[in-house]
Amino acid sequence: MTIAIEARDVVFSFGQTPALRGASIAVDPGEIVAIMGASGSGKSTLLHCLAGILVPDSGEILFDGARVDSMTEAQRSSLRRDRFGFVFQFGQLVPELTTAENVALPLLLSGTRRAEALRKAYGWFERLGLEGLEQRRPGELSGGQAQRVALARGLVAGPEVLFADEPTGALDSLTGEQVMDLLVTAAREQGTTVILVTHEPRVAAYADREVSVRDGRVNAPDRIAS
Amino acid sequence: MSVPLTLLGLLDREPSHGYDLKREYDAYFGRGKPLPFGQVYSTLSRLARDGKVVISEVGPGEGPDRKRYIITDLGATEVEQWLTQPVEPEPHLQTVLFAKVVLALMLDRPAGEYLDTQRSAHLQRMRELTEIKRGGSLVDALLADHGLYHLEADLRWIEMTGARLDALKKAVRQ
Repeated sequence: MTIAIEARDVVFSFGQTPALRGASIAVDPGEIVAIMGASGSGKSTLLHCLAGILVPDSGEILFDGARVDSMTEAQRSSLRRDRFGFVFQFGQLVPELTTAENVALPLLLSGTRRAEALRKAYGWFERLGLEGLEQRRPGELSGGQAQRVALARGLVAGPEVLFADEPTGALDSLTGEQVMDLLVTAAREQGTTVILVTHEPRVAAYADREVSVRDGRVNAPDRIAS
Repeated sequence: MSVPLTLLGLLDREPSHGYDLKREYDAYFGRGKPLPFGQVYSTLSRLARDGKVVISEVGPGEGPDRKRYIITDLGATEVEQWLTQPVEPEPHLQTVLFAKVVLALMLDRPAGEYLDTQRSAHLQRMRELTEIKRGGSLVDALLADHGLYHLEADLRWIEMTGARLDALKKAVRQ
């Protein structure tokens, strides 16, 4: 089977502080992988390198056969907008927009016409049990509702890879599990590859497999190891 | 707690007498519940009968403490298999995990790798329970949650122990 996205021997430092010391991971198309690790282990840094948000000091990031690490900022920005989706710990919704406009945002940024973008966005409200909330502002939503809106925004453009960084970290246990259930169901329906960063084993248990990051390296017992 | 395997593990470190084995067992694994002498010697007798230990000498004066027990290749293999195989992930296995980690450190084995293996086994079981929860009734979900929360507690203990292995190694090898 071909690999959807891969990091090879990635090194990254924040100034003098090393965060990744030769991390490697390969993820299959449609696979849901949880990256686990303690605070400061480098797990979020690895996600940001895979997503083209950070550029490694050395090593390679490969997506669909192309070297992400050697792309220009404009190329990486285009990649993130057109082929990747994102969900972060705090939904990071745009407060001035309605929830429907927030969900439609990736489509609008990619050039989809407004009516078509909103039509697709509305479809996700029903899918994620958010009917009736389309015209609300993010400030009028509960934490769980806001995170489901963020999930819809991450998936609305049909990304090939969804990057989720502690997507349930700000939610209570029950709400967090509802969000994970929706995330996994939607990703499987779309065949979306998911890279999930979490320090919570019960969240990681929704993934197909887990890898752990320790001291900037990946320990993947069932697969390749760095 | 498996008394036979724990005694075998202690013998894998060095040959020993029954009295010393009991003293070490009580110090590390007894936790306020000392191993009765009778159980020590009956266990050692069964291990000898099964070819997992041999008695090297019987000193003058008779008495069980004159016997020195040495682990055999069969016994050492059993200890090795026990240490390297993850424990069946289920609630309340802490005492077994604890014994494995302490013995692995005493025997200079890769305790961190054993913990990694156990972590994988736990997460695999958690994935199975999560699938049951997602596809089953509310009653199934509640039962699965009970298992998930206990396994999560074990995992937190595994993480904490993994972070303290160096200090723990010094403590058990003094």
